[in-house]
Amino acid sequence: MSTVPPIQLYPPARSSRTPGPPEPAPVAQVELTIDSHAVSVAAGSTILDACRATGVDTPTLCYLENLTPVNACRVCVVEVAGSRVLAPACSRKVEPGMAVQTDTERVRLSRKVVLELLGSSVDLSTSPQAAGYFERYGADPLRFGVAAQPAVTNERDALEAGHHHGAGGESTASTVAQPVKIDNELYVRDYSKCILCYKCVEACGVDAQNTFAIAVAGRGFDARISTEWNVSLPDSACVYCGNCIGVCPTGALMFRSEYEMREAGTWDESAQSTTDTICPYCGVGCTLSLHVQDNEIVKVTSPLDSSVTEGHLCVKGRFGFRFVQERGPKATG
Amino acid sequence: MDIHVIAPLANPAERAAVDELLGPPISGWTGGLRDSASDGHAAHGGHAARSDRDLLLPALHAVQDRIGWISQPALAYICRRLTIPPAEAYGVATFYALLSTRQRAAVVAHVCDDIACRLAGAEEVCADLARTHGPAGEPGADGQTTWLRSPCLGLCERGPAVLFTAAGEAPEQVGVAPIDAVGVMTRLATAAGGRRIALNDTGSSVAERLAATRVSVPQAGDEGLRLLARVGRVDPTSLEAYRLAGGYTALARAIELGPEAVVAEVTASKLLGRGGAAFPTGRKWAAVRAAKGSPKYVVCNADESEPGTFKDRALVEDDPFVVIEAMTIEAFATGASRGFLYLRGEYPLAATRLSNAIARATSAGLLGPDILGSGFAFEVELRIGAGAYICGEETALFNSIEGRRGEPRNKPPFPVEVGLFGKPTAVNNVETLANVPLILRDGAAAFAAIGTEGSAGPKLFCVSGHIRRPGIYEVPFGTTLRALLELAGGVPADGGGRADAGATMDDAIRTILLGGAAGVFVGTEVLDTPLTFEGTRAIGATLGSGVVMVFDRTADLVGTLRRIAAFFRDESCGQCVPCRVGTVRQEELLARLAAGRPNGSRADELRLLREIGQAMRDASICGLGQTASSAIESAVRAGIVPP
Ligand SMILES: Cc1cc2nc3c(=O)[nH]c(=O)nc-3n(C[C@H](O)[C@H](O)[C@H](O)COP(=O)(O)O)c2cc1C
Ligand code: SF4
Ligand code: SF4
Ligand code: SF4
Ligand code: FES
Ligand code: FES
Repeated sequence: MSTVPPIQLYPPARSSRTPGPPEPAPVAQVELTIDSHAVSVAAGSTILDACRATGVDTPTLCYLENLTPVNACRVCVVEVAGSRVLAPACSRKVEPGMAVQTDTERVRLSRKVVLELLGSSVDLSTSPQAAGYFERYGADPLRFGVAAQPAVTNERDALEAGHHHGAGGESTASTVAQPVKIDNELYVRDYSKCILCYKCVEACGVDAQNTFAIAVAGRGFDARISTEWNVSLPDSACVYCGNCIGVCPTGALMFRSEYEMREAGTWDESAQSTTDTICPYCGVGCTLSLHVQDNEIVKVTSPLDSSVTEGHLCVKGRFGFRFVQERGPKATG
Repeated sequence: MDIHVIAPLANPAERAAVDELLGPPISGWTGGLRDSASDGHAAHGGHAARSDRDLLLPALHAVQDRIGWISQPALAYICRRLTIPPAEAYGVATFYALLSTRQRAAVVAHVCDDIACRLAGAEEVCADLARTHGPAGEPGADGQTTWLRSPCLGLCERGPAVLFTAAGEAPEQVGVAPIDAVGVMTRLATAAGGRRIALNDTGSSVAERLAATRVSVPQAGDEGLRLLARVGRVDPTSLEAYRLAGGYTALARAIELGPEAVVAEVTASKLLGRGGAAFPTGRKWAAVRAAKGSPKYVVCNADESEPGTFKDRALVEDDPFVVIEAMTIEAFATGASRGFLYLRGEYPLAATRLSNAIARATSAGLLGPDILGSGFAFEVELRIGAGAYICGEETALFNSIEGRRGEPRNKPPFPVEVGLFGKPTAVNNVETLANVPLILRDGAAAFAAIGTEGSAGPKLFCVSGHIRRPGIYEVPFGTTLRALLELAGGVPADGGGRADAGATMDDAIRTILLGGAAGVFVGTEVLDTPLTFEGTRAIGATLGSGVVMVFDRTADLVGTLRRIAAFFRDESCGQCVPCRVGTVRQEELLARLAAGRPNGSRADELRLLREIGQAMRDASICGLGQTASSAIESAVRAGIVPP
């Protein structure tokens, strides 16, 4: 006999306990091989996820866990059996039976040349991973010649698509070197260090901030991150959330405090400690990581894996820390 | 999205240009004058406002055509009208070579200095212009005109070629070829004086039209042509003429057969895409038909910007209705209700002919809500590019239509599943589509019987360079390279006066570029190779877009290679490192070799060139980077460049 559910006249009383997360649906597994080792990862994973699951270290520059992959740097390429070209590990989804090789001659050559192309055109001196990658792949950026003269202020910002002046047979290599842009109190933009990974654009756009103050302008080697007409940040839509700084892998975007200390030669990461706390400003309660050197806050970040922020903050949490230091004579005198 | 726009008000001419396209603004929120009474409660935003994003490129064109450049206030006005963040719109405007975000003279001569025109003296034209008009990009003495160098304009059979653009209330764009510096100066003065450059003297009688067409399509009017049957013979502006010549019977047949049968027929015909990748058209259509997601779109790729390629031009200019009919059949077969025809910005005559064809087909009920009384609804919109080779890559093309930078997307997912506006999309080349009515008219079996086992049907080739009768030729697949060159009159055996009298064609030819700038240089030892997908593959070459460019023994090959390298450096979208920087390093390296100043030994440089090439081929996102070293490496391999 089938049971007829009782007719409910009133909504049931609200449970006094907040409901827990729903039972996760079982995720289908995908079997593949990485360097001939069998691996099983959840469907929808990327090759990079599978590499990490097997302990294969894969270089990445434009990839970040909290952003949509743009797969633009190509330093993570791997060989997928049956594919004519190499595939970006960071964004290619795994498929059943995929056979991936991560350390073949072809992979090593592409990774090496990509690193050399970057190293010869961009200042990677403040990119934390670069040196290790160069060593691992034996990359020598000087093979393309020594760096050409840097551009003058705003010169690269005025370049028009499709109308470059052809190379004239010089022995030097073109670069993106140019003077640093300092137009506000909070952060600087040194596009000599920009590898055009698109992360800042994504963070400023739909992936976090939804402000769209910056975008890629120009084309080809003349492409650059820019506000409209290269107007200064104070004239742009920027709200100084600093989320672009938080995702920049090369130090092209940098706290003004860090920049000035580096210029003065006083920046010393080994003398810094990081303390996690909660932002004092509003009820969202973002996790802040305070980077402290000599008892002064030198910059503020947020952990990428924080469930509240996913690494992103607003102007108050990111830059509103000066009051901590302005409270009186410094404790350390 | 809260759009933050700061700029002075656009001037009336700029606003008028945009309003002509978009209609007047509905409120102060969308760029109209502030009117507190009505604006206070006007709602404008959300999905509806953002869904106009695809009108960005047309709006940029409108201002460029009217004013001659896009000012900050004009762009700000467009942003308000379309709810687009200014930084993003600026990123789009600065992506295209035909749009200028800096003040520029209203009349511009875009002088092609690309590989075919170089052989015809383009560098001399540029040098003369630099002398008589002044440096490229600078306004001349009249203050209203300037000239710029341009990549291939698709008029290679008649180079040197120039595209004139004259901005104003009645803007004009016209390609002229061949032309010399005096001709450029004269026409610049004409346009600056407010007169039209285009001459209306091509004549309208059949004989006159045929004679004019034969300059570019030497076979025009011949019997036995399939793809070119109407070119030069049938008035390209008249739907009646097209129908009298058999037009639209294929669509009627398609509707009679039903969609599945049409897909089956195209599959059975063994038609392969003519846009370069040789993908089976029937399979593509079947995949779109089967794909989940709606609406579905069809896109005709008429971006034809590969240097040396001009075959699609013959169709879009001289047989535009066939493209529209074929798109309609494609939509019927795949289940699409909306189509976009993306035409390169350098083909103004084709733009006129195609929009005329769309208008006439629409008023005759051959496009619209109830085509041929079958209940099938389909519309086509013409979209014009703005100077970016990369927008021929199908996913870059989608982004361009959607009002974004023309950057290729990562594949997979493929367009048949996630294409234009994220929906299933069938994208085909113009020539591919032009085959479809033939298949339906003659039947798949008859079509597949033309050509060879692996390459069915007729094929268009773009023959240019050192050849007696350059132009567009139609031959069945399998015709040998030699036979094609002979059809085009052969290569003058005196090799520009240097080879011995009485020498053969083989002696006169130094090399042939097959497949365009992304193709391969081959030597005369392959002259007897059949021109098929499989035949060219067997000799390590490619048919690409059907380019056959002949270089005799007088040709400046080092200069040609450097121009190819410069082309890829200019046209890279800049998204991925191997292509963005690799194309620069490749160009620099060739320049060093040409100047005799290698870094290290010449062997070191050649090894470096190979490594750059391999990384670009293996690690680039799209076909541009993957083929950017192809022609150059083939030239080095074949030993035809001893710098
Ligand atoms: C850089 C690049 C440029 C391209 N340009 C064109 C073009 O101008 N016209 C075209 O039909 N296909 C072009 N293609 C190929 C298209 O991506 C696509 O394969 C083609 O339009 C599909 O049509 P089909 O199957 O009819 O050949 C280009 C591809 C690349 C990588
Ligand atoms: S600080 Fe925030 S708003 Fe400003 S550019 Fe960076 S991400 Fe965009
Ligand atoms: S500024 Fe930094 S985050 Fe932005 S594109 Fe350049 S390297 Fe990437
Ligand atoms: S290969 Fe070149 S054109 Fe293609 S996506 Fe990369 S940078 Fe852009
Ligand atoms: S990390 Fe994969 S392409 Fe950049
Ligand atoms: S039109 Fe000049 S090379 Fe094609």
